[in-house]
Amino acid sequence: MSNQEFPIWEVFIRSKNGLEHRHVGSLHATDATMAMENARDVYTRREEGVSIWVVESKNITASNPENQGELFEPAKDKAYRHPTFYELPIELKHM
Amino acid sequence: MKIEDLEKKFQDRIDAGEKIEPKDWMPEKYRKTHIRQISQHAHSEIVGMLPEGNWVTRTPTLRRKVGLLAKVQDEAGHGLYLYSAAETLGISRDEMFRQLHTGKAKYSSIFNYPTMTWADIGTIGWLVDGAAIINQVMLTRTSFGPYARAMVRICKEESFHQRQGFEMILTLCNGTAIQKEMAQDALNRWWWPSLMMFGPRDEESPNTEQSVKWKIKRKTNDELRQQFIDITVEQAKVAGLTIPDPDLKWNEERGHHDFGAIDWSEFWRVVKGNGPLNKERLKARNDAWDNGEWVRDAAMAHSEKQAQKEELKKAV
Amino acid sequence: MKDKLYEYLLMLGDNSMILGHRLSELCGHGPSLETDIALTNISLDLFGQVRSYFQYAAELKGEATEDSIAFLRFDRDYRNVILVEQPNTDFAHVIGRQFLFDAFHLPLLEQLMKSNDEMIAAIAAKSIKESRYHLRFSSSWVKRLGDGTEESHNRMQEAINHLYPLVSELFRETETEKGMKELGIGADLELIKESFDEKVKTILSEATLEIPAVPSRQTNGKTGIHTEQMGFILAELQYMQRAYPNMQW
Repeated sequence: MSNQEFPIWEVFIRSKNGLEHRHVGSLHATDATMAMENARDVYTRREEGVSIWVVESKNITASNPENQGELFEPAKDKAYRHPTFYELPIELKHM
Repeated sequence: MKIEDLEKKFQDRIDAGEKIEPKDWMPEKYRKTHIRQISQHAHSEIVGMLPEGNWVTRTPTLRRKVGLLAKVQDEAGHGLYLYSAAETLGISRDEMFRQLHTGKAKYSSIFNYPTMTWADIGTIGWLVDGAAIINQVMLTRTSFGPYARAMVRICKEESFHQRQGFEMILTLCNGTAIQKEMAQDALNRWWWPSLMMFGPRDEESPNTEQSVKWKIKRKTNDELRQQFIDITVEQAKVAGLTIPDPDLKWNEERGHHDFGAIDWSEFWRVVKGNGPLNKERLKARNDAWDNGEWVRDAAMAHSEKQAQKEELKKAV
Repeated sequence: MKDKLYEYLLMLGDNSMILGHRLSELCGHGPSLETDIALTNISLDLFGQVRSYFQYAAELKGEATEDSIAFLRFDRDYRNVILVEQPNTDFAHVIGRQFLFDAFHLPLLEQLMKSNDEMIAAIAAKSIKESRYHLRFSSSWVKRLGDGTEESHNRMQEAINHLYPLVSELFRETETEKGMKELGIGADLELIKESFDEKVKTILSEATLEIPAVPSRQTNGKTGIHTEQMGFILAELQYMQRAYPNMQW
């Protein structure tokens, strides 16, 4: 019973409506209620946010950096996904 | 890939200004060094709460009360951010606490000095936070991502700490003779320990080269110390205080201030645990931890009970 | 009327100040970093309220400042209830004291928001959000400790046994409070008591704790009769202003 460590939680904060939640840091808490209280006390002392998400770290599945090549490099040469790939006459100012 | 190639590739990434993230491959020494440095940094924040915390119940005004409380509280927050950064390297916060509580881990020696008067609080803000900021601004660009991000957050929040301290000192210096004397006395006691905060002289700092390679350091201890002295001399002038170093003078040729010899025997004495308050500081941290044990156990037990209740509800 | 209002402001401000002081003693000594930060947040909220009340009180009185009111009165002139000067015996006492005060403070502020005195109404409107969070925080910790381990349960029950007899003072109306109530400036303590009793009953029962059947104590902090604790609190609180009078800080 004793010396059991509190699980780690990740905290995400929406700084104002219209923006996405962003990861701001982590903390320790026994459960979601405490994680929410702690997140408020630790990470919003300077009006940093209007909404908080907390998620226990162990519930996050992260990509493996060793797979970086196969995961992300294939996207590199797909220039045709970007608008600049397509040529338009200079006279056309807006598109 | 052979280990040397991995290490070479790793160093190339750092040299190219890339950040290292926790799950990336890293040399074992990089991991260990970062765990040690980040946890020491975290411990310094937490132990650093104690000398200033001494005075929160005795602030002379309400305005000073909220300012000081907020500052000491920030230090708890900064400790927390730093412990979190170290945890990404595979060490738990509780383990780091154990290292602190058993005296295995170090923290900044400056916090082993006593806060005897109200002027000490202003002086800590001015000098100790001033020295810390120089170090921390440099660390916002360090190679390990979580450490750099924690430092960005900390620097943003700490910007008021030094101003608060200097404002306190200026108020004393513009006050009565007793107050000014109090400020001078505090400066006399904190000046040399503040200079020691930057660590031993470069020739006695064996890890500097490696730290520079990993961008944990971008300047050497002596360079940072010099930078601090040059800035602080000007501030002392504004306050009308005398820096307690008869050898301190502007060196036109170097473009820096020359300063007197630092008593390194004192530095090592305090680092090795024989400073004025090493034992008291550690005891305070141990007490807080030990007295909190039943509270932490209760919180764990409660949340387990709640989870069981949830399970039962679902089963019905 | 002005004197009564001044005294009423002292009652409001002193409760927040002495409780805030007790919490500030814990800064750096909490059971975890997160709780350390949380308790200091509450302390800061309370001192913020103190400043609002005392700045207003200073205006009423003339030739006074928030600091002369906070730091330069004699013990008999402090108007806080005995509950808030209770020491930080252990974390259960800290949480118990906080919970009982919050359960009183929130309905008090709800009424003060409608005060005929615009300043008080404004201060209450700002403070109520803080108080609502304090109550949420302290309630959840009462439940954690009450329904946690055997040790925490016993400690929490012991704390409640010690503190609960002191709550009767919160609802024993003084002349000042009566006067303020009649003018529509102050709160009606009877109404607060209903809400208080309800909240305490619910939370303690969820926490598997019992409301002690011990008799209430006849304490009179609100008229300036304090416990031995108060001298020690004031010794620290007033130290600088007493040792170095008439200086700017």
